Amino acid sequence: MPQTSIQTSTATPAGPDTPVTDAVVEPTAFLDRDLHEGDYGSDSVRAVLINRPRDALYAYWRDFRNLPTFMETLNEVRVSDTRQSTWIVEGPGGGDVELTSEITEDRAGEYIAWRAAEGSDIDHEGWIGFRDNAFGRGTEVRLFISYDPPAGVVGKVVAKVLQREPRIQARRELRRFKQLMETGEVSTSRAPDAAPRGPRHL
Amino acid sequence: MRALTWHGKHNVQVDTVPDPQIINPRDAIIRITATAICGSDLHLYDSYIPGMSNGDILGHEFMGVVEEVGRGNTSLRKGDRVVVPFVIACGQCFFCEKSMPAACDNSNPADKADATEIAYGQSVAGLFGYSHLTGGYAGGQAEYARVPYSDYGPIKIPEGVEDERVLFLSDIFPTGWMAAENCQIEPGDTVAVWGCGPVGLFAIKSALLQGAGRVIAIDHHPNRLALARANGAEILDYHEVKVREALLEMTAGLGPDSCIDAVGMEAHGFSPDNVVDAIKTTTRIGTDRTHVLRETIMAVRKGGTVSVPGVYGGMADKWPVGAFMEKGLTLKTGQTHVQRYLPRLLEMILEGRIDTTDLISHRLPLERAADGYKNFKENQNEWTKVVLLPGLT
Repeated sequence: MPQTSIQTSTATPAGPDTPVTDAVVEPTAFLDRDLHEGDYGSDSVRAVLINRPRDALYAYWRDFRNLPTFMETLNEVRVSDTRQSTWIVEGPGGGDVELTSEITEDRAGEYIAWRAAEGSDIDHEGWIGFRDNAFGRGTEVRLFISYDPPAGVVGKVVAKVLQREPRIQARRELRRFKQLMETGEVSTSRAPDAAPRGPRHL
Repeated sequence: MRALTWHGKHNVQVDTVPDPQIINPRDAIIRITATAICGSDLHLYDSYIPGMSNGDILGHEFMGVVEEVGRGNTSLRKGDRVVVPFVIACGQCFFCEKSMPAACDNSNPADKADATEIAYGQSVAGLFGYSHLTGGYAGGQAEYARVPYSDYGPIKIPEGVEDERVLFLSDIFPTGWMAAENCQIEPGDTVAVWGCGPVGLFAIKSALLQGAGRVIAIDHHPNRLALARANGAEILDYHEVKVREALLEMTAGLGPDSCIDAVGMEAHGFSPDNVVDAIKTTTRIGTDRTHVLRETIMAVRKGGTVSVPGVYGGMADKWPVGAFMEKGLTLKTGQTHVQRYLPRLLEMILEGRIDTTDLISHRLPLERAADGYKNFKENQNEWTKVVLLPGLT
């Protein structure tokens, strides 16, 4: 009896030629394999919905000099030419770590990919994708980052300034990007205006 | 400035701390003229809510005068009198645009939101003077406060209206109002309210204003029950009756149409370690601490609604899911969407349709805030609501 009802129900829906919706219905979930697509040992992919037009979000990100406005670990981005840029990450005791990146793919309003260029202090790659939400809720933004897991003393410092791991970094940077794009500012509760971070803070 | 700061369980004190400053364009600095101790502050005082730091400035129910505004704020001016919602919200995200500011996506700073996402599945909005899970923002039991996104939340108060009449727009009035609204009251409904603290009292007033035929209030402090009665409720002392049976008898076996849990996580005492561990491991809080929640589900009539303004923090077991499903219940909860209600509730106050001051038992200088906490905690019968006045000596 259960068999019969299952067969009946699978026979009734419209075939592939008669769509029941005009919404974009590409699979939107990350598959497990997406979570390990990087060339480097440590990577992360993360999505966020931003209540702003796709082109505006793309344009803001594409000018890499804007990145330090919401990436707390970035001190400065120097753009060498249309493809190459150097991202200066705050290092220990004032020392800087430099990631030199090269854009490998750039589709206006949709997608930017980059990877480490010659002379980068850290091997890395990443991409950011922008897609209209099919149901009018703004823009879906997906960020992928991957880099070599830091090792040794220098590595530990790097992990720290990069907010320890790609997973944390990706979600925090997307959150701050969303805040800035939606509200015009990056939310903060830092001292002295907020409670200090004491030893009991979780 | 002077501010009430948290230093651990049952340990708060008024300290000298740095003055707040404008950081973001939409910020304002408010000079606080009146601030209250809220029942949910007791969850911090008792160390049941995790994510507190030594030195945190408490207080989320406050009002004052605008002292300074950031360059991005075009709606407030120096000298404006405002009541500040305890929920910090941006006004521009998906949730704010749906008039759900307590679910604001942006007001919890990115690093704090991480912890909340681990604990609750999604990050929640920032709140003033609460846990670092809700943003770690400095609170309003102080001389001054920084108010982020101040062009969205705070509501301007006309001159000549006393602070005490409007102060509770910050939290407990909209919280009680939303608790009643979540019951979807139909004329003649019976609403049962657990807890006759400030939120419970406002829930009682609101339920009657929203058309309830009858409100039954449940508590054990005689003074609080007397306040409930004075506000039009029938009363039950849970030390004297079995609550569910009494409610069944009063409603001829039907049960109340809706039940409001205005008590929350401290219905019965429990150890702070439990809660901290619960959040850290996203496991469970002990069974009997959701006593009121269970009782509301068991007592409410079939097809009825349980509304929960009471604060809960972690996981509960012994959830009566069978009763919940078999009786076809609706459960509505949440931090209050304060901003949604402010214009309407301010109007009701100005029209004299609601008395917001009858629950105030004590007015203290800010310097005596620690005393206020201790008594609000230990002498709930007499200390029904405490207002702190930074200007008072």
